[in-house]
Amino acid sequence: MERDSHQEGEAQVVKNCDPPSDCVPTAETLATSLSLLGNHMFPDPVEKNDSTSVDKEEHATLHQSKVTQKEQHLDAESHSNQVNKLEAEETENSEYQNNESTKSVDRDAEDAGTDNDQSESGEFVVAMLAKAKLEEQGIGVKGRSSLLLEAGTQEPAAFMSHRDEDVTADSWRQHRKHVFVLSEAGKPIYSRYGSEEALSSTMGVMMALVSFVQSGDNIIRSVYSEGHTVVFLQKGPLVLVCVSSSRQSEQQLREELLYVYYQIISMLTQASISRIFEHKKNYDLRRLLAGSEKILDGLLNLVDSDPSFLLAAVHCLPLASSLRDSISQILQKAITPNLVFSILIAKNQLLTIVQEKTVIEDTRLEPTDIHLLLNLIGASSAFQAGEIWTPICLPLFNPDCYFYAYISYLDPPECTVCLLLLSTDKEAFYAVAECKRKIEEAMVAQNSLSLIAKAQSYSVSQVGVSDLRHFMYKPFDVPDNYRQLTQFTSPEMEAPYSSEEEKMRLLDLYRYMHSRIHSTSRPLKLIYQVAERETLLAWVTSKFELYTCFSPLVTKACAITAITKLLRWIKKEEDRLFIRYPPKYSTTTNPSKSSRGGKSDQQDSTDNGFLSLL
Amino acid sequence: MALRELKVCLLGDTGVGKSSIVWRFVEDSFDPNINPTIGASFMTKTVQYQNELHKFLIWDTAGQERFRALAPMYYRGSAAAIIVYDITKEESFQTLKNWVKELRQHGPPNIVVAIAGNKCDLLDAREVPEKDAKDYADSIHAIFVETSAKNAININEVFIEISRRIPVVDAAGGISGRGFKLGRQASESRRMCC
Repeated sequence: MERDSHQEGEAQVVKNCDPPSDCVPTAETLATSLSLLGNHMFPDPVEKNDSTSVDKEEHATLHQSKVTQKEQHLDAESHSNQVNKLEAEETENSEYQNNESTKSVDRDAEDAGTDNDQSESGEFVVAMLAKAKLEEQGIGVKGRSSLLLEAGTQEPAAFMSHRDEDVTADSWRQHRKHVFVLSEAGKPIYSRYGSEEALSSTMGVMMALVSFVQSGDNIIRSVYSEGHTVVFLQKGPLVLVCVSSSRQSEQQLREELLYVYYQIISMLTQASISRIFEHKKNYDLRRLLAGSEKILDGLLNLVDSDPSFLLAAVHCLPLASSLRDSISQILQKAITPNLVFSILIAKNQLLTIVQEKTVIEDTRLEPTDIHLLLNLIGASSAFQAGEIWTPICLPLFNPDCYFYAYISYLDPPECTVCLLLLSTDKEAFYAVAECKRKIEEAMVAQNSLSLIAKAQSYSVSQVGVSDLRHFMYKPFDVPDNYRQLTQFTSPEMEAPYSSEEEKMRLLDLYRYMHSRIHSTSRPLKLIYQVAERETLLAWVTSKFELYTCFSPLVTKACAITAITKLLRWIKKEEDRLFIRYPPKYSTTTNPSKSSRGGKSDQQDSTDNGFLSLL
Repeated sequence: MALRELKVCLLGDTGVGKSSIVWRFVEDSFDPNINPTIGASFMTKTVQYQNELHKFLIWDTAGQERFRALAPMYYRGSAAAIIVYDITKEESFQTLKNWVKELRQHGPPNIVVAIAGNKCDLLDAREVPEKDAKDYADSIHAIFVETSAKNAININEVFIEISRRIPVVDAAGGISGRGFKLGRQASESRRMCC
C-alpha cells in the first residue's frame, strides 16, 4: 500500500513541488563554484522525523466507523479518502532501517505522496470543523449577544474586536492563522480569534480527533487540505491546534504552537498545570489565564511578524560595544543576594543581559525564554505604571519554578527602556528595587539614557552592496562561546518592503527558504531562488545560517560576491551587532571574584568563526 | 513636617478598577483601556494630612486568580487595605467578602479596611445596592465609599479617610514584612529629627 502511494505520487512530483523545483541542482552548482560543498557537508538527516504517512486501509476504515458514530450526517464517501498523517511509532522504525538505501530516492515521491493524500483528508476534517461551526450557530450567537450586553455596560473599547468576533462569519474563517488551546477534557482554554465559549463545540471536535487517533496508540500530527494545514501538538494535559493558510511548514507551525505552550507555562509553570489537571480533569484553565489573553495574542502577532521566533535567536539592539559594556558594568555593580538575571531592554530589543555566574555555569539561557520575556513586556502597557513585581517562569530554564521579576521603565513617560531584574526570592522586592535606583543613578551620571535613545537599527545600505535588499544572519555557537546566547542580526526592512503586506511577503519567502533548509526529509544547505519580484539566497554552514534577499535582476556571480562582502562587513561590525561576551556577576560569593571572572572570559574568547570560511 | 510611610494594598476581583483608582489617585488620569495588572504594581504618592506628610506606598495587586496566592506578600505589614468591588457586578462583592475574611485571619491585626464600590458612574447597571454594602461595611467597622475612578468621585476621599483612621502613634505595622522595615526605619529616623 505504501509503495503504491509512492508510485502514484511519482507522477505528482513536478506538480506538487510548486516553488522552485530546480533549486537543488542550482544550489549545488553554486556550492561547487564556491568550492565549499566538501567543507561543510550538512549532516545526513539522522533524526528523521518520527512521522510517516500511515495510509493503510484498515486505518481508514477504522476512522470511518468511529467517526460516523459521532457525525452521522457526513456521507461515507468523504471518509474513505480520509487519511491522517500519523505517528506510528511501533511500525515505522524498522521499516525505515530496512529501506535506508532506497530512502533518499523515495523521499521525493514520499513527500508528494503524502501531499496527495493529505489534501483529501484535510477536506474531510475541514468539513467536520465547519459542520461543528454550523451547529454552534445557536451557541455562537448566544455567546456573542451576552458579550455585547456586557460591552454595552462598559466602554465599547476598540481592542475588544478579536474576542467578540462572530465565529460563524466568513471573516472569522479567513484569518490566516488560527490557534486554539484546549484541555484534554476538550475544554476550551484559548482561541486567537473569537470567544472560547462560542467555539466550544469546534474544540470538542478537535479533541475528538485527537483522542480517537490516540485510542489506536497513535498521535495525530497534522491534517492537510488544499488551503489549510492543521497542526496538532499535545503537551501534557494541553492540546494545541493551529489552523493555518500561511503555507508554512508543519514543523514551523509546530514550533509556533510550542511557543504558545511555553508562554502559558511561563505564567503558570508546568508543575502546577499538571497538578491542576491531575486533581480535576475538567478544570477550566481560563480561570487562571483570565486577563492574560493579551499576552498570548501579542505572542502570536510577534511570531507572525518577527523572524526571531523562526530563527530561534535573539535580535539585540545594535550599539557601540563601549556603550554596551559600560551599561553592562552598571548592571553588574547593582546586585543583591538571589538576583540571577539583570536584563535591559530598549525599543523592544535586548540591550544587555548580565547573569549570575554560578547559575549560568549550570544552565544556558535559551532564546525562547528571552522571547517570552520580551513579549510579556511588549504585550502589556500595565508595566508602564510604577514598579512591577510578578512571578514568572522561564520554561526552558526550569519549567516548574518561578522567578520573581522586577519590571520598571527607566524613561517614563516614553517607556522605551525597560529594566528587568529576576530574583529567586519572592520577598526581595525592596532589595531589588534598591538595585534599580542604583542603576538609575549611574545611568543618569553617565548620560546613558540619551545615548540609548540615539541607538537604532541599521540600514542595509550601510553594508554597501547595491543589489542587497535585506538579510538575516545567525552565527552558530562555536565551542568557545558555548554559553553564549544565540543571536541573529538583520537590518530594517526598507522599501520595497515597507508596507505591512510586503514585509509579510518577504517573511513568508524567508519562511519558505527556512523550511527547505530545515526540511526533515531532505534538508538543503544552499538555495538560490529567483522569485517573481526578488532573488533569494539561503545558505547554511556549520558556522552560520544566512538568508539574503536581492533585487530580481542580480546574477548568481553578483550574489556570491555580495555575500562575501556582506560576511566581511558583519565580521567588521560584529562587536556592535551582537552581545559578544555576556557579562556575569556573583551574588553568592564576594563580588570581586565575579568581575575577575568576567574579564578572564573576555580574554578566553576567540574568533566567532565569522569569516574563517572565506 | 513629619513624614509617615503608609503601606496600602488594593485587593479585589479582576476588572473592578483597582488600577484605575490608583492611577486616578497618583496621576489623576484615567485610561478606559487599561491592561490587566500583572503580579502587582508598586507606586507611591505623598499627601499632606494635617501637620504630617503621608507617603502612601501603594501595592496595586492583580485581581486574577493566578496571583491570588501572592496576596499575603502584599498585605503583610500594610497599614490599610482598600478592597474594591464593582457595583455592577454582584460577584465582585462576594469576592470582597472573601478578602475581608482572609484579612481577618491572616492580615495584620490593626489593619484599616476600606471598602470601595467602584464604577458608581454606571448607575443604570447597578447590581449591588449601596445600602447592603454600607451595612456590611459598618458590620466590620470598615470605611465605605462608592467611587468612580472614571469621574474622579471619592478617590482622594478614600485615602484621606485612611489617613484619618491610622492611629496617631505608629501602631499600624505590627507584623511588618522584611522589606517594609527599611521604609519604616527611614520614617522613624525622620520623625526623631523633628
